[in-house]
Amino acid sequence: MSEPENQIIMYGTPQCADCKRAKEFFESAGISYVYKDAEDPEIAKEMLSLNGGKNITPTIIYGDKILLEPSNEELSSTFAAHEEPDKQSKLWDVVMVGAGPASLSAAIYTSREDLSTLIIEKGVIGGLAAITDQIDNYPGFRDGVTGMELSEQMFEQAKRFGAEIELAEVETIEQADGYKIVKTTFGDFKARAVLVATGSDYRKIGVEGEDTYYGRGVHYCATCDGAFYRDKKLVIVGGGNSAAQEALFLTRFASSIEILVRSEWRASDVLIKEVEAHEKITVHTQTTTDKIVGEDNKVVGVIGTNKATNEQKTFTADGVFVFVGLDPNTGFIKDLVDLDEQGLIQTDSGLMTSMNGVFCAGDVRSGATLQIASASGEGATAALKIRHFLEDK
Amino acid sequence: MAKKITVFSTTTCAYCPMVKKWLSSKGFAYDEVVLDKDPARQQEMIEKSGQMAVPVTLIEKDDGMEEVVVGFNPGQLAGILS
Repeated sequence: MSEPENQIIMYGTPQCADCKRAKEFFESAGISYVYKDAEDPEIAKEMLSLNGGKNITPTIIYGDKILLEPSNEELSSTFAAHEEPDKQSKLWDVVMVGAGPASLSAAIYTSREDLSTLIIEKGVIGGLAAITDQIDNYPGFRDGVTGMELSEQMFEQAKRFGAEIELAEVETIEQADGYKIVKTTFGDFKARAVLVATGSDYRKIGVEGEDTYYGRGVHYCATCDGAFYRDKKLVIVGGGNSAAQEALFLTRFASSIEILVRSEWRASDVLIKEVEAHEKITVHTQTTTDKIVGEDNKVVGVIGTNKATNEQKTFTADGVFVFVGLDPNTGFIKDLVDLDEQGLIQTDSGLMTSMNGVFCAGDVRSGATLQIASASGEGATAALKIRHFLEDK
Repeated sequence: MAKKITVFSTTTCAYCPMVKKWLSSKGFAYDEVVLDKDPARQQEMIEKSGQMAVPVTLIEKDDGMEEVVVGFNPGQLAGILS
């Protein structure tokens, strides 16, 4: 495996006190390094080939310098002029694509175990969870928690252990000699392993008027844009948990809300009961959404059809919020790894995709259950599998 | 270069802090207008951006020209501010 020139590599063993001292030196000086466990016979062999066959830990390799069990004075003088590699010249142990609950949970584990971790996010930290108003089914919050608060806490927790973030969009992943290159809109990043946890995005209905009036009455994010509809009439399209949850959020602003459900509710019973009991909300099941109608560059209504009576009706509305399901965010990776028939990324039981060293967790993974708690769980599992993968390399 | 940057946001919008984080991380100062606390300025944002979604970043440049970025779009922001 090739390492960047200014990468510091420390060979150590878990019991060695001088290794612990050297680790503490680097950490207090804010110097990053790659730790390799010489208890592994393959790693030990690698160490012996580099340090002239000496069974001494820590052995620290820095460019052409080899330090054997160095004192803190030796460490200070050697690394006095060391400049931390910037994010792009560094070889990261793991680069995570997407900063939703799966990645943030994985990053808590990897960074806590001293694996250098970079998270790349193109949108919002927390992903879809962050734009969800209220989360009542994530353990540990008796009274629920807002998506923004939960996301911020997860991010701060990962940062506490050293995970870093880059705000950019990933374009592709390439294999190099022993590592991967994650190419983004803001440059390339090198990684020994990659976790793809890009989640999903709200799906469009695909009806006339939807694109024309996007942002002018057609919205996909209630927490973002709901405040513009104080005392206004809204139509919500969708019959799942998101539609029900976000309808309840929008009652803070709207004077009335009509929900168009194409067939029957797919939301949880608790949410359905709450929605149906709300005085501002009227539900129309078995009702298709056919067209979004506008005048003077803004939405004035939605045309829908009652499937039972075949009667078409116009629902007067100042705005339409759409929650009709999710599409996986696989644009950059769909030609690189195996997908299932729904376009979700397939993994083995160890959460590795068909591309060696590229792992996947959360909503974008085939078999995911689209829950924040399960995305977090998968993230933790992925972190442990990544650690094993890096140890075995 | 930008003479003035204004971020129009709402308190519940998760993309709004991302714009602010990105601007701060690149060393750009900005003013913020929180539209659910200051609804009188909603119309100004709608007129500038031609739509009703936040965040909206209004960049007034040295030459008096204005650029508007709707949503959190670091690529577009970088292009205008570089």
